[in-house]
Amino acid sequence: MPKNSAQYHQRATIVKIIFAVVGAVFIFRLAMLQIFDQEYKELANKQALRNLTQFPARGYIYDRNGELMVHNEAVFDLMVIPRMVKGLDTNYFCKKVGISREEFDERMKKARTYSTYSASIFMKQISMQEKAAWESSLYKFKGFYLQQRTLRIYDRPIAAHVLGYVGEVNENDLEKDPYYKRGDYIGKSGLEAAYEKELRGIKGKKVVHVDVHNREIGSYQNGLFDTLPVAGSNLYTTLDADLQEYAEKLMANKRGCVVAIEPSTGEVLALVSAPCYDPNLLVGRVRGANYQILSEDIAKPLFNRALQAAYPPGSIFKVAQSMIGLELGVIDPGTGFPCDKSLVGCHNHPSARSVQEAIKMSCNPYFYYTYKRIIQQGKFKSIYKDSQYGLTIWHDYMLRFGFGQKLPIDLPNVSKGFIPDTAFYNKWYGEGKWAFSTIYSNSIGQGEVTVVPLQMANLACIVANRGYYYTPHVVKYYGPDSLTREEFKQRHDLGIQSKYFDIAARGMYDVVHTAGGTAHRANIEDIDICGKTGTAQNKGIDHSVFVCFAPMNNPKIAVAVYVENAGAGGVWAAPIASLVIEKYIRGEVKRTEFERTYMEAAPCQRLPLVRYVKPKKK
Amino acid sequence: MQNSEKKKYDGVTIALYIAIILFGWVNIYAACYDELHASIFDLSCQHGKQIIWIALAAMLAFSILMIEPRLFSNTSYAIYVVVLGLLVVTLFIGQVVNGGKGWINFGFFKFQPAEFAKFATALALSKYMSAIDLDTSKPKTWFWALAILGIPALLILMQDDTGSAMVFAGFVFPMFREGLTHYVLILGAVVIVLFVLALLVNNWVMIALIAACCALYLFVWLNKRTRKDWMKTIGFFVVCTLFTLSVDFAFNNVLQSHQRERIDVLLGKTEDIKGAGYNVHQSKIAIGSGGFLGKGFLAGTITKADFVPEQETDFIFCTVGEEWGFVGSTTLIILYMALLMRIIAMAERQRSTYSRFYGYSVASILFMHVLINIGMVLGLLPVIGIPLPFFSYGGSSLLAFTILLFIFIRQDADRNQLL
Repeated sequence: MPKNSAQYHQRATIVKIIFAVVGAVFIFRLAMLQIFDQEYKELANKQALRNLTQFPARGYIYDRNGELMVHNEAVFDLMVIPRMVKGLDTNYFCKKVGISREEFDERMKKARTYSTYSASIFMKQISMQEKAAWESSLYKFKGFYLQQRTLRIYDRPIAAHVLGYVGEVNENDLEKDPYYKRGDYIGKSGLEAAYEKELRGIKGKKVVHVDVHNREIGSYQNGLFDTLPVAGSNLYTTLDADLQEYAEKLMANKRGCVVAIEPSTGEVLALVSAPCYDPNLLVGRVRGANYQILSEDIAKPLFNRALQAAYPPGSIFKVAQSMIGLELGVIDPGTGFPCDKSLVGCHNHPSARSVQEAIKMSCNPYFYYTYKRIIQQGKFKSIYKDSQYGLTIWHDYMLRFGFGQKLPIDLPNVSKGFIPDTAFYNKWYGEGKWAFSTIYSNSIGQGEVTVVPLQMANLACIVANRGYYYTPHVVKYYGPDSLTREEFKQRHDLGIQSKYFDIAARGMYDVVHTAGGTAHRANIEDIDICGKTGTAQNKGIDHSVFVCFAPMNNPKIAVAVYVENAGAGGVWAAPIASLVIEKYIRGEVKRTEFERTYMEAAPCQRLPLVRYVKPKKK
Repeated sequence: MQNSEKKKYDGVTIALYIAIILFGWVNIYAACYDELHASIFDLSCQHGKQIIWIALAAMLAFSILMIEPRLFSNTSYAIYVVVLGLLVVTLFIGQVVNGGKGWINFGFFKFQPAEFAKFATALALSKYMSAIDLDTSKPKTWFWALAILGIPALLILMQDDTGSAMVFAGFVFPMFREGLTHYVLILGAVVIVLFVLALLVNNWVMIALIAACCALYLFVWLNKRTRKDWMKTIGFFVVCTLFTLSVDFAFNNVLQSHQRERIDVLLGKTEDIKGAGYNVHQSKIAIGSGGFLGKGFLAGTITKADFVPEQETDFIFCTVGEEWGFVGSTTLIILYMALLMRIIAMAERQRSTYSRFYGYSVASILFMHVLINIGMVLGLLPVIGIPLPFFSYGGSSLLAFTILLFIFIRQDADRNQLL
């Protein structure tokens, strides 16, 4: 036997034990890493898998004739995961992407503040062309990747106030709806906001496997966890793009608004708030700067006058007053009142011998009397109690006209306007301290009464329909199933006999067509326009107001025009409204010289904008 | 004694060898896999090249089994000297690959002498230790043994191949088996513990700890304290204290900066997962995400995406961990352990000191590789580049390990012959 063979034989066991201990330690360590510690599984998913959101195409918007008004264009967001950014040649990157070093540092800092592990937007809305310039270098930029987004494109530079705009979600949106993630877009105003849920569609998810160089190397588990995005619904609106564009042209250089509605359906044909702006100004990276300019403009172009402004209605209010008076029986169609200028100022005209004449001549004292009879019906001895009684009835009727409440149009931010009630005057003057004589200004659409232009157009619809209306709306139907909203098919009857509205219609016909009518400039051959002017007094120069519909029988269109600080209703608002009607009914305007005059005119004085709010307590 | 014509090669060892090689090849394929080169036989890829190396290794193994083992024992010193010469040459004409300049380029293939220095040293040491007149009780004997293994270790260290040099520490096991005092093992353990603690703990605390250990030994462990005990203990205390105090100096001045970083990462003193700690962090992610059963063959998300560097060579174990999970990784470790235990058992049945010592050397070299490689990949040891035997991609190491193992299998087959 060789030496040491037996002597140290037991040492074999020691060596084996040492080897075995190492093996056991390894297996124990593996158990810790692979079975008990979940951290590494998460880390592995975080770095090798990327959850991409697949943004659905936002729904398109069409006009009533099927013309495309809003569509999408693909843009790309450059995303960054700060932790993954490694070995970046910053100068090369900045040069390629086109930003300064300082900008780079600032953006990286912002991204890091949000999260080092999650993706945030490094650069927004990169166009196809910009992207093409450096996309081939993207693999060098570890930690960066592109995510496709869509941008709204407005095919014509019109209808900004109706269509609205899309912007990034804010904290409030994120809190309200978990659907949204930071950096998502949401409709901020107009149809984009009102139909956000329909337009946005459903986001899809895609899990891709990326390598250490940040290159996609395929889908994860053959797309087992992927979902496809569902495109947003298209909106088919009631707008007439041609009419909208034409009305906007007419309102150039003016402040005010135009609302045109099809009376038989409540479909809004055009809705203009002037000054107008190109909706494409509020798209993409230029949005921030443009938004600031628009919001600081003294003429408040972002303010949608057609829906948000509550103006004193002026004389157009007399149409509603006369209808209530007739229905209540305090006057009858043949009632005449003297034009007594001592009661309330008026222009020179013969005394009205009937409601029809009163409307035609817009006689202020006539409606002073009418309103007095409505408010003080003589049911109570005390004129104060009597006035409370009368005002309550009057208020109720006015609400039936759609005044003093939000007309539930499918657009956001609609004002109520204001129709004072007894509670209001009791609070303002004190109970038993007011009567007709205190509030008579309301009779001619001044005083505490304010009306939203949409409600004015609706008034024209009511007369056109002889006593009922459909809630004005902008979307006819939407989505692949052509869904409609039930509430827009609901007819609202005022509970005032249609024979009285015939009288109003005849009066309004006379306004345009007879000598002594206040709106002869609105007269068009072959088209029977019925209208009512208003000249609303305010702190500055009078607002010019006109509501009308045409033709007189079987009306196709009702229009309200409001031009701020322009003067008499018959001078500015009426001709503009008549041009809108001519355009809509004839499809073209023959009165080219007339048209040019009003397009180019700039009647509104540059006054600080009056804030249209409820009257403050004196 | 009989001299049978029929050689009996150890089938278990050869089976384990083949199992590990094939499992390795499959994992190299998985680590390099991409859809452009989907064939496992694609010779333009590493898994394809590995087949050639495996074929060469098989031929080499077969040849070695045909050779009379006496040829190796008679030429042990000659082989040793030739390899030493190659190592010296490498120092001058060596090419740098991954930080180590241990490669000689023959144009058609690159060759790493350090891989062959291991079996050459094993042969030479075996020869030396089997000398009839060797007296293992004399320190001089062990000094020469240390010199035989120390010279190639130093030459390799000079090539900046720390990993391969550290493998030579494995010779402590065959030497221990032949009678080297067990204090060497204890000393080794003490040195490692002191080194690690000295880096983690304040010097004064360290000295207090050492003093406490010495006091425990003197007053609790020993019943009677002779003067000699006192002297030994105080001597131990002084040496340990000096060692502890020198650790910081050695750490900062002897080790290279990347080695310091790797140790700091291991000890958790820095967590630089983008820099020095990147490899190990990624390796732990890959292995940890494998879970119990693994993600499946070719389904690793981390290794497929090149997050782990060197994943077909030094970090090949990550692929096993990620795709085969705890079950697969444990299987591989058990395969290695089985191989090591088998070799030790075979060594113990040798009748000559020469082949017993050589068998222990084979087991120890393989053990050191497995220890350093898997220890590194699992984040238990600092990052030291060293292949996993029979498993990592690479021709030099596969051929060298095959020679190392099959010389022993050949010797084992002849164990019953009279020497």
